[in-house]
Amino acid sequence: MPAKKLNLRKRYELLTRGMGWETTHHDMDDVFPYDSFEGIKITDWDKWEDPFRLTMDAYWKFQAEKEKKLYAVIDSFAQNNGQTNLSDASYLSAIKLFITGVTPIEYAAHRGFAHLGRHFRGDGARVACQMQAIDELRHQQTQVHTISHYNKHFNGLHDPFYQFDRVWYLSVPKSFAEDAMTAGPFEFITSISFAFEYVLTNMLFVPFMSGAAYNGDMATVTFGFSAQSDESRHMTLGLEIIKFMLEQHEDNLPIVQRWMDKHFWRAYRLLALVSAMQDYMLTNSPLSWKEAWDVYFVENGGALFEDLSRYGLRMPKYHELATAEADHLSHQVWSVFCLLGNATGFHTFLPTEEKMDWLSEKYPDTFDKYYRPRFEHWAKQKEEGTFKYLEALPQLCQVCQIPMIFTEVETDPMQLSFRASEYKGDKYNTCSDGCKDIFDHEPEKYAQAWLPVHQIFQGNCGGATIPEVLEWYKFAPEDGGDYIGSQDHARWQEWKGTDKKVKEA
Amino acid sequence: MSNKKNTVFLIVQDNEDARPIIEAVERDNPEANIQYQPGMVRMEAAGRLIVNRETVEEEIGREWDVQELHLVLVSLAGNVDEDEDKFELSWH
Amino acid sequence: MAVIAKDGYVDIVRDKVENFHGNQLVHVCWDDHLLFSAAQAFPLPPEMPFQALVSEVMTPVFSYHPDFEKIDWAAVEWMLDGEAFTPEMDKSLKDNGVCHKSLIRFKTPGLMGINGTRL
Repeated sequence: MPAKKLNLRKRYELLTRGMGWETTHHDMDDVFPYDSFEGIKITDWDKWEDPFRLTMDAYWKFQAEKEKKLYAVIDSFAQNNGQTNLSDASYLSAIKLFITGVTPIEYAAHRGFAHLGRHFRGDGARVACQMQAIDELRHQQTQVHTISHYNKHFNGLHDPFYQFDRVWYLSVPKSFAEDAMTAGPFEFITSISFAFEYVLTNMLFVPFMSGAAYNGDMATVTFGFSAQSDESRHMTLGLEIIKFMLEQHEDNLPIVQRWMDKHFWRAYRLLALVSAMQDYMLTNSPLSWKEAWDVYFVENGGALFEDLSRYGLRMPKYHELATAEADHLSHQVWSVFCLLGNATGFHTFLPTEEKMDWLSEKYPDTFDKYYRPRFEHWAKQKEEGTFKYLEALPQLCQVCQIPMIFTEVETDPMQLSFRASEYKGDKYNTCSDGCKDIFDHEPEKYAQAWLPVHQIFQGNCGGATIPEVLEWYKFAPEDGGDYIGSQDHARWQEWKGTDKKVKEA
Repeated sequence: MSNKKNTVFLIVQDNEDARPIIEAVERDNPEANIQYQPGMVRMEAAGRLIVNRETVEEEIGREWDVQELHLVLVSLAGNVDEDEDKFELSWH
Repeated sequence: MAVIAKDGYVDIVRDKVENFHGNQLVHVCWDDHLLFSAAQAFPLPPEMPFQALVSEVMTPVFSYHPDFEKIDWAAVEWMLDGEAFTPEMDKSLKDNGVCHKSLIRFKTPGLMGINGTRL
């Protein structure tokens, strides 16, 4: 038996507080130049405490254990041709969107937290950020390792990082991550750890990983849950940093509230992509977007903000609109992907009859009334051979960078929502009050946005025609378009010897 | 503040390592609602939920470090209070 | 209001009209025809007559919709950047007040999309 162990609190103190010191050769403000310009006032960094009291030595031990378990599953998945146990190969569109849209955000978060792990003055906060920096790198790596197995058998998984910096719909997650990374450290951590990880990450990982389990994708379940165990620690860090800022000085409240409002909306808009993954791309969905929103945001987020109300923090602005949009979001997003399916790196497909009935059941107030007609119209056109992809490019929101497909759900769900601002004599279009507020507060930041449609028209994306742009994206001709009739589809039929959907038709 | 107690929850993976933790939660939190979902188990309770080291050790038949919870944790809601004897979630 | 930055802030406007090689960006939306999902964006010379916008730009994109051939162009209700307006067809976009990144909306009374669903 080892010598008597120190208690957790004592160990934590020694291994964090004991690792830092007041500098004497250089002024502390020169050593930590970034943690004061945002206006957040910290009077006592020692009040910072990690509720998990995780120290680096324990961190390595547990992370090593998680990795061993994960890689054992990945190996066995590959050896046993686990890809053949999927519910359907069309499910992989969700994985293609994940590896191109989410995995690079993990890497961006790694970079951001590595910066914070150096630049926060408090040693407790620095250690927590260092661990998170390593976690995020681990997530990116394990996702690449896991999904690389699918890359051996399916199209569209070959260049996620290259594409992240170029592709029209990937500018949505990219701009979200870079918005946070180009802010100061306190705003970054409010954005990533609190608004994204605490308030909204459950919407991404929990239903999605449970969805992977529901669709026979054991590889994704495993990396997802392995990452999620770190995520719980990140969420706790997010809540802790908010409480810490609010407890340190009353002047911090309005700053934190504004960041909360902004980054809640930014993160929520990013999750519009996830809503489509959840409701449409998963062959079998365990939980609809709306159900997940009700459980993880309305109920759970409500409890969180009630708890934080003692500091004067209120629910993020426009949360009511986000809740009202829950009945519409996934349908609007999947519609535009289907219309631009000739320019996606994953396959699109119309919902089957079975799926539409499920959507009617989950969205009794909206699906049949507003959305079923378009899918039925397109299905009829496909049958007749008259379906056409959009020939023009859509208007983009200056802030979230999503095509401006959102509608006035509270007053007229079939009316597009248009907002605009002026800055230095130019016009800037936004999709919602949430995005417009963000633009109006920092117009000089968002005037710099690299909007894919505008960049194509400026001649910066390989050419003026769709094939030229797709080549510049490194989208191979077989990566996008309809799932039915694709190489992925043919391969799947070959393995299965039959095809459920074709048989039904 | 209202008298209604908001829900805290702890989600763990649905696997062998998590089983003694789930059983310990069931024993120590008779009010908890335990839901088995694909791949994971969601344990929720009004206001407060606790995992006691001693109860897990009884279930598992060996010493158990509360931080081993990290290996199976999926998500949580509530303020965390952890020491060497317990892991507790609560809303203030 | 402005960005709070540590060492000043580099202020770049990425979509200046000069970057569009003589064109300006124009957005066009057909109200009550959500089959197109969003307003469409076009890089167009400011000197383009409004009539050419209709016949050379809008027609190829929107004529795919079965309502398009039924449009009574004299009855169309136009909006420019949120205000009702009456375009002069033979005048240029610029002279009609259409500027860089403007939004033109048109409503076609009596036509309410596929089976009246506003699609």
